[in-house]
Parts: sequence; structure tokens; C-alpha cells
Amino acid sequence: MSNSAEHVFPLRSPQHTAGSSAAAATLPLEPPGAAIVDDQALAPSRHTTTEAETRLRRRYAAQRRFKAYGILAIAIAVASLVWLLVTLLANGITAFQQTYLRLDVTLDPALVDPRGDRSEASIRDGDFGAVVREALRSRFPDVEGRGPLRSLFGLLSEGAQFDVRDKVLADPSLIGTRQKMWVLASTDVDMLRKGFFERTADGGGGGRLNAQQVAWYDALEASGDLELRFNRRFFTNADSREPEMVGILGGVVGSFLTLAVCLVLCFPFGVAAAVYLEEFAPKNWFTDLIEVNINNLAAVPSIIFGLLGLAVFLNFFGMPRSAPLVGGIVLALMSLPTIIIASRAALRAVPPSVREAAYGVGASKMQVVLHHVLPLSMPGMMTGSIIAMAQALGETAPLLMIGMVAFIVGIPQGLTDSATVLPVQIFMWADNPERGFVEKTSAAIIVLLAFLLTMNALAIFLRKRFERRW
Amino acid sequence: MENKIPSLQAPFSTPASVVVPNEPPSIVARNVNVWYGEKHAIKDVSIDIYRRQVTAFIGPSGCGKSTFLRVLNRLNDIIEGCRVTGKITLDGDDIYDPRIDVVQLRARVGMVFQKPNPFPKSIYENIAYGPRIHGLTRTKKELDQLVERSLRRAALWDEVKDRLNEAGTALSGGQQQRLCIARAIAVSPDVILMDEPCSALDPIATAKIEELMDELRREYTIIIVTHSMQQAARVSQRTAFFHLGDLVEVGSTEQIFTRPQDKRTQDYITGRFG
Repeated sequence: MSNSAEHVFPLRSPQHTAGSSAAAATLPLEPPGAAIVDDQALAPSRHTTTEAETRLRRRYAAQRRFKAYGILAIAIAVASLVWLLVTLLANGITAFQQTYLRLDVTLDPALVDPRGDRSEASIRDGDFGAVVREALRSRFPDVEGRGPLRSLFGLLSEGAQFDVRDKVLADPSLIGTRQKMWVLASTDVDMLRKGFFERTADGGGGGRLNAQQVAWYDALEASGDLELRFNRRFFTNADSREPEMVGILGGVVGSFLTLAVCLVLCFPFGVAAAVYLEEFAPKNWFTDLIEVNINNLAAVPSIIFGLLGLAVFLNFFGMPRSAPLVGGIVLALMSLPTIIIASRAALRAVPPSVREAAYGVGASKMQVVLHHVLPLSMPGMMTGSIIAMAQALGETAPLLMIGMVAFIVGIPQGLTDSATVLPVQIFMWADNPERGFVEKTSAAIIVLLAFLLTMNALAIFLRKRFERRW
Repeated sequence: MENKIPSLQAPFSTPASVVVPNEPPSIVARNVNVWYGEKHAIKDVSIDIYRRQVTAFIGPSGCGKSTFLRVLNRLNDIIEGCRVTGKITLDGDDIYDPRIDVVQLRARVGMVFQKPNPFPKSIYENIAYGPRIHGLTRTKKELDQLVERSLRRAALWDEVKDRLNEAGTALSGGQQQRLCIARAIAVSPDVILMDEPCSALDPIATAKIEELMDELRREYTIIIVTHSMQQAARVSQRTAFFHLGDLVEVGSTEQIFTRPQDKRTQDYITGRFG
């Protein structure tokens, strides 16, 4: 009885078993009776009872539930993102193509070159509208009367004449010849071609095209004289009244100029403020007050900054309305708190050992900051700044207040030119009831998202690159 | 006191002239008190530190030995709410005199920290940084020579001479600590403070650093804070025992470890508390 009890050690876990057998292999067995094996040692461990196993199972179940919640949250987020992107792409991808008509254009010298000297000025004075209308009329010669002609010319866009003019400007020797040219169709034709207009029972389309126009459309399409071509205008034009002629270049250039002003102002000021507050400022009630205010400013609704810009920069300083300069200043005011907070966090993340090391070799405070702390915190500061810039890029409300919501057909050439920015452009197009603007709005959003993605990718790239160097 | 018992210095096999200084002390601290806010971290400490000796500060954790070390190069200045009273002189200059330039002081009193903390720069830049900011060299060639000399003195040159442009942080822990010592030497300080320089190192790296300290004390005054009493006994000539902010006892290492005067010292070195 006592002999067998010596071998009934409570060995349960596999490691324990392995360990004991390994020990048994190398160590001589203890003499019988030396090992103290009393009743307590033989009692089962508190961690192997049925109750304990139930507790363990409950713990694992809780862990699995916790993981499931996380996965669910991620799934919902990804699904919303996918839904957004799919909707945008479905609505907007068609905007990158536009419907064009192929016409036999007779370039009558009397119309296209009124002065007869083939100079650029003369060609710019030419009546290309008449040329295009004549070409379309010759395609359908049996159309007579004021009403039907108006319907026929309704197939053409206002921009059709510029397609012809640009070709002639590029090659004046075309004057007097007959050419096949692709010219821009009106937005209604475009919508019918892209399937956004339903054909109605009376033979018309989408309530905007009459039966006659749809018949001409079918005739043009049947002969291959109507097709979707790449929409170059979308990337080279600014705003327009006609949805088939709008472009985002004006908004892109406006955004770029505005953000350039914003970055030049808020990065140096933000970093300088953060360095002073974090490294040099005494800790007293005044700096605490400043810190609280900076944190509060980061949460102030952006339209308040717009009102400030309107009151101070436009009304008091008399700066130009709708200008990227003022937009940039307003956005800089808005981004400054974000950049200061991000920069202070980056400075605080620099390990104290680096500061101590620098102080230890006799660096002055400024040298410690400039030579060691600032370079180490730069990746964090740049990441914070780019995220603030991305936020500024998407900002609309403050810019509305300073007049950047204006209808501007020109591409801004400088900081004081009237301009608009991408999100405001999207806002204005979304406001427009015409069906043609719906796809343009979505397309502009796609472009804006592409810009944001590029900026965030740049932030990641900069962070990785500088982290590797230091 | 300690110079009256030369026979006891024999086992340490150090030249008597080093253990028994005839010259005035390099650092003289009198009635030094340090507060961190309300906490009285150092209480009325007076101590003399001699040239060309290793002085060890020992004591249980939180006894103020590291604090006192940082008082000596005014590194406590950068800690918010730290207040120091009393008088400390380095070669006769009061280091807390407002006219003393703290940057200059830290050039005279170098420091090696507990955790190796090379700058996240190349090995060369780590050494060259101090001389450069203090304007110690005029030409690139001089700087190169200074870097080489410092690395040689820190017994690191042979290991890194072919990769001076690699990051200092890529070295092993022991090499990093020697790099930090080389960085401190490069500024030509009078005193080198070492705050538990071996606590993060393995025994082989520790042995190298200890060997180095023995070498370096020919030229520098070295003060080392250590938790290892064996280390204090091995490397130091004088030992100071701190307890709860008090300097309990200071004397030759040999005397502290063989005939401590105070009960607390005896309890500590025999491992009864701490």
C-alpha cells in the first residue's frame, strides 16, 4: 500500500510528465520513504476540478465573443467602405467618357477666318458655331423649319464649336477643306447614350429629348457617328454651366494653391509653437491655459474659422474675396491646433534617454532640441501635418464663408485670383438638378478621394523612410 | 583616516599613491540637500571625491545615490521641481554658482547612463557630436583622430573601425555602453559619472567595462553608482554608502567592506537588508 502510493504522484499536465521522466532518467530515484507523500499531496489540484474546467471554458468563451465583436466591427466598417466606393464608381466612372458626334465639317473660309489672314486672332473671331450647325444640318438635309432645327441643334453641345476651333487653330491649313471631326454632343444625348435616360412611350428620352431627336440619335448611332470617347475636358477645364463641359482642373488648382498657403503657414508655426510649449515654456497656469485653448480650438466647428476669415481678412484687412490666399490662411488657422497637438505628442514620444545623453555631453537646450529631439520627432510631426492637410483638403464650410463658393470658369493663375476648391466644387455640382451633374459629382469625389489616398500614402512613406534613417 | 592603514591596501594591488591622495579633492560637496517637490531625496550630504580614483556609491534602491550623482553635473536641472541646496565645488568652482555655465560644467563632468543610450546616429557621429558642439577640433582630420583615440581608449576601436558609419544602436549592449564611454571621453572631461553602467550587461561585457574603468582612472576622476557590491569592491578605491537619502559612511573601499563603522553599512554589505 505504502509502496504503491509512492508512484501515484498527481502528474497531470504533459510538461509535468515529460519533466519528471527526464528527471528520472538522469537522477537516481529517491530512496523509498524519503519522499513525503501525505494525503494532501494526493488530493486533486484546485485547478483541475470540474468547476475549474467550467471556469476555464467560460474564460475561453468570453475571449471568443470578444474577438467576434471585433471582427463584426471590422466587417461593418469594410462593408460601408465598399458600399461607398461601389456607389461612387457606379455613378462616377461614366463621367470619364463623354459622347461625341462625328460630322463632316466644311471649314468655309468666310466663316472661320473672317479677316482672311489665317492669324490666330482672326480664327478666334471665326463663327465656328455656324460651321458646326451647318455640318449637322447637312447630315440631316430634310429638316426644315424653326422648331425642328432648334431640336436638331439641341443634339450639339455649346462646346462642339470649340472642338472644331481648336483643331483649326492647331492646323490653319485645314481652312477651306472638308473634314470628318468628332464634336461634343449635348448632355441629354450623353445621358441617353450612357443609359441614364429611359426611352419614353412617345419615342422621346428622359423627358428632355423629343421623339424626333431620339430618331436622329438612333440614326447617328447606327452609322457609327456617335460614340463615347475619353473625356479630356474633365481634366483640363474648370467649372461650366453645361455638365458635358465641366472639368475639375479649376478645383484641383484652387485646392493646390490653398493647401500650399496653408502648409507654408501652419507647419512652421505649428512646429515652433509645439517645440516652445513642450521644451522651453515654463509649466505654469498661463501655459496650461494656452494648452487647454489649443485643445479646444481643435474641436471648434470649422465654419467659425470661416466667419473669422470673413470678419478679419476680408472685411478688416480688405483681402480679395474667393482667393486661395485667404482660403489658405483660414485653413491654416483651422489646422494649426491639430498640428500643434500632433507635434507635441511626437516630441513627447522622444525617449528621455536621448535627451539625457545629449545633455550629458554638454549640449545646450537648443542643441538638444535641434540636433536630437526635433529630428527624432519629425516623422510624427510630418504625419500629423499631412493628416491635418488631408482634413483641410476636404474642408468646405469655412471656404463658403470667404466666397470660394463662386461660379468660376477660369483656372486660377495666382494666389489672389478667384478660385474654388475640390470639395466646394463637389458641393456646387451636387446642388445642380441636371442629371449630367450627378455623374460629374461622383467623378469629382473619386478624384478627391484619390488625392486623399495619395496624401496618406505620402504620410506613411515619409514616416517609414525617416524611421529607417534614424 | 584611511591613509593610516596602508597594510590593508595590499590585497587591492593598487598603487598607494592613488588610494591615499595627497592632493586636494577634485569635488567637494558640503551639506547638500535635494528635494523633488516635497520629497527630501538627499539629506545633508558632505563628501570629497579625489582625482584618479574610482569612487563607488552603493546603497539600496531609492537611497539617493543616482540623484546625488546627477547633482554633480546638474543633470537634475532638467527635472521639474528639483531643488538643490548646499555647496559643491569642482576644482574650486562652485558648480551651482549662477555664473557657472551648465553646458561647460557638463563638458567637464561627463556621464555614462544605466541603459546604453547611443544617439540614433552613426558610430562616428556619436563620438564626434560632443567635440563638434564644443568646438574642440578645427579640422576634419583632427576630429577623425579624436574619434579614433576615444574609441581606442574605450577599447572599442578594433571592433568598430571598419563600420564607423553604421548606426550606433546596431551594436551589442556591451559595445553600446563602451560607445557611450567613448562619447564621454571624447569631450575630455575631468570627471566621469557612471550610473550603474553594467546593470544591463552580461558578465563578459561587465568585465570589459570594469577593466576599462581601471584603465581610465589613471586620467579621470570616476564616480560609479552600482548595485553590485562585488563590483564596488572590484573597481573602486573609495566607497560611499547611502541609505534613505543619508550618506551613512564613506571611506576606503577596503575599510567599508571589512570594517564598516555603521551598523546599517554592515547590514547592507552582508546582505541583511537591501
